[in-house]
Amino acid sequence: MAEQSLRQWLLTDTPTSRRHAKLSALYHGWLSFRGNTMAMIGLCILLALVAVALFAPLLAPHDPFVQDLGNRLAPLGTDSHVLGTDSLGRDILSRLIYGSRITLYIVALVALIAPVAGLLVGTVSGYAGGWVDVVLMRITDIFLAFPRLVLALAFVAAMGAGIENAVLAISLTAWPPYARIARAETLTIRAADYISAIQLQGAGAMRIITRHIWPLCISSLIVRVTLDMAGIILAAAGLGFLGLGAQPPSPEWGAMISEGRRFILDHWWVATMPGLAIFTVSLAFNLLGDGLRDVLDPKGGE
Amino acid sequence: METLLDVEDLWVKFPSRQGVFDAVRGVSFTLGRERLGIVGESGSGKSMTGRAILRLIRSPGIVEATQISLGGDDLMKKTEKEMRAVRGKRISMVMQDPKFSLNPVMTIGAQIIEAYRQHNKVSHADAYAKALEMLEAVSIRDAERVMRAYPHEMSGGMGQRIMIAMMLIPNPEILIADEPTSALDVSVQRQVLDIMDKLVKDRGMGLIFISHDLNLVADFCDRVLIMYAGRIVEICKADKLNEAKHPYTRGLLNSLPRLDAPRDHLEVLKRDPAWSEAPSVSGRV
Amino acid sequence: MAQASENGGARSRAPLPLWVTGTLKTVGSIAVTMLGLVFITFVIGRVMPIDPVLAIVGERASQSTYNAVYTQLGLDKPVVVQFGYYLWDVMHGDFGMSLLNARPVSEDIARVFPATLELATLGVFFGIFLGVPLGVVAAVRKGSWIDQVARVVALVGYSMPIFWLGLMGLLVFYGMLGWVGGPGRVGIFYEDIVPSVTGMILVDSILDRNWTVLKDAFSHIVLPASLLGYYSLAYISRMTRSFMLEQMSAEYITTARVKGMSEWDVVWKHAFRNIRVQLITVIALSYAGLLEGSVLTEIIFSWPGIGSYITTALLSADMNAVLGGTVVVGLVFILLNIFSDLLYKVFDPRAK
Repeated sequence: MAEQSLRQWLLTDTPTSRRHAKLSALYHGWLSFRGNTMAMIGLCILLALVAVALFAPLLAPHDPFVQDLGNRLAPLGTDSHVLGTDSLGRDILSRLIYGSRITLYIVALVALIAPVAGLLVGTVSGYAGGWVDVVLMRITDIFLAFPRLVLALAFVAAMGAGIENAVLAISLTAWPPYARIARAETLTIRAADYISAIQLQGAGAMRIITRHIWPLCISSLIVRVTLDMAGIILAAAGLGFLGLGAQPPSPEWGAMISEGRRFILDHWWVATMPGLAIFTVSLAFNLLGDGLRDVLDPKGGE
Repeated sequence: METLLDVEDLWVKFPSRQGVFDAVRGVSFTLGRERLGIVGESGSGKSMTGRAILRLIRSPGIVEATQISLGGDDLMKKTEKEMRAVRGKRISMVMQDPKFSLNPVMTIGAQIIEAYRQHNKVSHADAYAKALEMLEAVSIRDAERVMRAYPHEMSGGMGQRIMIAMMLIPNPEILIADEPTSALDVSVQRQVLDIMDKLVKDRGMGLIFISHDLNLVADFCDRVLIMYAGRIVEICKADKLNEAKHPYTRGLLNSLPRLDAPRDHLEVLKRDPAWSEAPSVSGRV
Repeated sequence: MAQASENGGARSRAPLPLWVTGTLKTVGSIAVTMLGLVFITFVIGRVMPIDPVLAIVGERASQSTYNAVYTQLGLDKPVVVQFGYYLWDVMHGDFGMSLLNARPVSEDIARVFPATLELATLGVFFGIFLGVPLGVVAAVRKGSWIDQVARVVALVGYSMPIFWLGLMGLLVFYGMLGWVGGPGRVGIFYEDIVPSVTGMILVDSILDRNWTVLKDAFSHIVLPASLLGYYSLAYISRMTRSFMLEQMSAEYITTARVKGMSEWDVVWKHAFRNIRVQLITVIALSYAGLLEGSVLTEIIFSWPGIGSYITTALLSADMNAVLGGTVVVGLVFILLNIFSDLLYKVFDPRAK
């Protein structure tokens, strides 16, 4: 037995401890995830994106804000401007590279705010029951009834355009599904015997929700968040395109498409390149989400 | 006795990432105008055997056999299209739970009529009359109302009788009954079995009765195949089951409580790995 | 049931029949949802950094004029009362005046909505007629090349920014190939030729038997409608596939096969019949989604629908128009949901 490798230890059918079993389950999950080529491609693209965002100053050949009006709308493959320049002569590649920071920033913020808000509402609603549940779920339904983009538009219009308000607006439209999921999970967990046991030991509602219910809701929320990421990116790009997200001269991808739109017929690359970037990243999130769902929730998907 | 069905060396294989899993391993038996029981635990391959005869194992599963001869026709040599003329018309099957085996959004009448018209080119009115007659044959009162009803409005016992009517309406030679009473209340099990028995006997059909319930099979069938891990381990006349020799059969019998010989402790079945290695016993006559 | 009510009726009031309480509940919850929708819109309107009085009277108005309008708008009343006024107006289809063109917002919406409806309807037809068969085949031939194609089609649909795809479509099919008409509903020479009856130009030109306008209008609508349709196709085909997979593994499918039915009949007469109800919900949802997706598409194609209307109003701070448009789109959303619920009850025998 001393000879056995880490791999064998992880693949055992007879785990020796709880941690062993957990690690083994994780490793099995990783193996089946790794077998999913598409999901691995998605993961690689996203890791690359994070690296690009981190090292943007090193990778970008030019300053993304410096204008060069003498060299505006330069085509693909021009000297030192691989992806050409935009209407103000700024290097498109550099702007894309810096734009990845904005995209990640928005996605990360929304992915923090919306699920947490949904988790709070959902667990409180599910645990408290009664009229609290009725009221909270009614509110959730009302938000679900709103067309998401239109609500976000109206909200940004009210609060003023800008990246933070765009994040808030997207979160405002994204939380209801999380609340639904968290509530459903809470209802099943609440009925479990071990929750009664903890109650008998004198644990209060706060303690039960934060220590016993939240940890169990996390995994289903994570899958949902990953699957929602693409939608968040598209929504943010849509707001940027309408001029309601990141403001000029910031190199937000949606706003870049909006700038390039005026020249679409003669200088197609200006709008095409940022669109390709958005497409690649949201595709990566979709691939990753599909893969995660297959691993974490084999029957949930298809 | 006239042989209706002759199954020789039947295998059902499922290729998977860990290698090929053999659900049924070289099973042979024949069926005459009799009631043949197949008994085994879940996973013993008894249901797979029934579905393999109809060639209804879904991919990636593979069916292999030297022959599955139905009155001289080898089913293994038939194309999928030719098989469709066999299913329902010559061999039919009743499944475990009518809650799932009836289409929930079609009326019962439509489903029975469909089964009949699949193999008989008759008018709708004739098929309707035939379906009514068949429902009455399985002791369903108020058959006209039942024809218009949906499956969820029926009780389990009624559902299973409807299922039997539907499967027997094209007048097949062989009926495979796969745990037909396991999902039913104990109180209606006997009634459903009696109806099925009478119809099978009156029409001179062969019946393959698949069950995990040894007592029921011993009581109901003429001959019993005992399956274990995809193989037949023993074949008995149903009335001579008490003389069975194989330790698995003995173990099963001894683990059942008996009114005529009460005991303090029931035996727990002890399994011998050698059972699953031993070659299949042939059930051919 | 009857027994219970007889016994109970002896002492207390007889309980209402089940379907009455059920209907009351449904109507109640719809009312609450609509009320909430109007309330949220109202709140958004309140927190706007725009002074509605200034927007009407202008910067140079005297204090007394300002005060008069302030009172006239009811802004001196408590917020609850203001909401009451707003709700009252909305219930009468009055969304106030557009600050941009000084016309009632409701008139504007009535004018632009048919354009969106026309676009989204054509799009959803495209999605249904291609998406449903694709999803069914992908499920029945799971793992085959056609399943892979369906998967890629859906993934690309879920990942592509709709406004960018619209731009690319314009670039390729209008700019480079010249196969379709450009932005707008009809070419500039055909505008206002056919009388507006339904507001939907395809229908109007058919009613007017003006085939030239019909042809031109079709060449303009075909690209935005197919783009929107592509998105609904991605969603519909994916959902159809997963519903069908679930049904194809059901036991009644085995029953149908045991009867000797052909695979075609098994799929369409049995499995598909069982997903019809779920499909209706999905189609209603995707239709609602298209009304929303049309916001961005309409801008790309200069389509004079509700999406363009809201966005233009937004960029020029015409708040009544934004809120009115939001409420209308929200109400259509809710109505579609109710509609699909109703169909559910009609088509599923188990729902009765």
